[in-house]
Amino acid sequence: MQFLSGISLGQFIPGESLLHRLDPRCKITATFILLSGLFMASKIPDFAFWGIFLLSLSAMSGIPLGIILRSARPVLFLVAFTAALNAFWTPGREVFRAGFLSVTIEGLVMAFEMGMRLVFLVMFASMLMMTTSPMAFSDGLERLLSPLAKVGFPASEMAVMMTIALRFIPTLFEETDRILKAQISRGADFESGGLLKRARSFIPVLIPLFILVFQRAENLAVAMESRCYVPGMPRTRLNPLVWTKNDTGAILGLLAFISAVILFDRFALKSFIIL
Amino acid sequence: MDRNPIFSLRGVEYTYPGASSPALRGLDLEISEGEWVALVGANGSGKSTMAKICNALLIPTQGHCFVMGCDTRDEALVPAIRRSVALVFQNPDDQIVASIVEEDVAFGPENLGLPSPEIRRRVDRSLELAGLTALRRSGSFSLSGGQKQRLALAGALALEPAALLLDESASMLDPEGRLSFLSCLGSLKRSGMTIVQITHRMEEAIQSDRVVVIDSGRAVWDGSPGDFFDGEYEKWSFEEPPGIALYRELLARGLLPGGTLPDADSMLDALCL
Repeated sequence: MQFLSGISLGQFIPGESLLHRLDPRCKITATFILLSGLFMASKIPDFAFWGIFLLSLSAMSGIPLGIILRSARPVLFLVAFTAALNAFWTPGREVFRAGFLSVTIEGLVMAFEMGMRLVFLVMFASMLMMTTSPMAFSDGLERLLSPLAKVGFPASEMAVMMTIALRFIPTLFEETDRILKAQISRGADFESGGLLKRARSFIPVLIPLFILVFQRAENLAVAMESRCYVPGMPRTRLNPLVWTKNDTGAILGLLAFISAVILFDRFALKSFIIL
Repeated sequence: MDRNPIFSLRGVEYTYPGASSPALRGLDLEISEGEWVALVGANGSGKSTMAKICNALLIPTQGHCFVMGCDTRDEALVPAIRRSVALVFQNPDDQIVASIVEEDVAFGPENLGLPSPEIRRRVDRSLELAGLTALRRSGSFSLSGGQKQRLALAGALALEPAALLLDESASMLDPEGRLSFLSCLGSLKRSGMTIVQITHRMEEAIQSDRVVVIDSGRAVWDGSPGDFFDGEYEKWSFEEPPGIALYRELLARGLLPGGTLPDADSMLDALCL
């Protein structure tokens, strides 16, 4: 039985591609632009553009499409739930009725659009994390938030916390997997019974996991202290962030692409429907 | 020639919060510059507590610990102490901060506020010493156990400390990884670094210049590895290293010249004869 295999949410995949080499500030800003664009243009035909864009990102980063697609797996339940809500509760032309639940054409379209929007949102955000090391990501975020430091926002501490949180993701998965297997070898059953029984069977996994994670966090804090880390003290960087022409080009290119998709969504699609 | 003391522990006592008995009970120990000292003792004898006290991570409840003349009780001197003494823990997974090898090695120098070219120089040197140059852009968590331990060592070396405290740092390594780790320590010792190695493995202790036995929070024996393995180790129920066992057997059968137990290098020479 394979537990938690293939979960790639938030995991950095080292590489030397153009996307990997872009400044993290550029990638964080680009992701926000991309997510905004996704919300502004998410009719069914628009997803062809977003799909092509995702394919190009996969080719440019050297990260296989399968891994990117897999990153949406943890949110599939949420996608299905949102899609179901939209399908059943959107008024319009009825396709079929099951008791008090009515499914409409508009509901189905809305369910598809909402679901796809969520899936693309997670995949684009994952692309950011897959091509940016946690350290670079937190450096970028710290620099972007640095103006807030003037009003007392702890940007530097938040950046270190972010690095540690991201660093713990693979550890959490590894430890959960190890505890699950250890409990199975002692006769635990996580697969049979109803939802409540299954949820209850995870208690012997969660308790040791929490204890272990707190121990790990404590040990890491001591190790960081012994490596001269003092919260709030200014730190320098091995690779100071440098904004290059590539970063400006990437942002401008992305803005041009998103504008084109929005124009298509607003005008071309409308004309097509009118015709 | 008198060498400068790196660590001077004078009547050090330490009791963990909530514990009924102290972990260290009046520990007196002096370790000089350039020494390679093996600290041996049973679990719970106070070895790791001593290492944390020497790194100013714990402050003695009684007595004083001086690191290169700086009292660890003086908070203002703690940053200087941590810069001078690097600590490598048993489990490398507990000390890796960054997801990329070179970024993790750079964590210490970045905390010191050094300029980027200096951080780069230290990272390059430490990776080379730890034999990880080829893996510098790899993911920290994709490394093998031995490589992770060498990464932890590289992270400590990047602080360019005068002394290295190793808290059972080779205990999770396979035989090949341990040999490579010990050979790395040998090079560091030759470059003049002070090494304090906490270990349960007698084959590691034999490589040191000096063995100190810690028992119930006190230093109860202090001497050369030759004297330690010449019968002393049996008093503390330590295992005899296979090399020593073989040497004794050959000696008993008259196949090697007698005398006192030699150090590791001369014993190896004798066995090769």
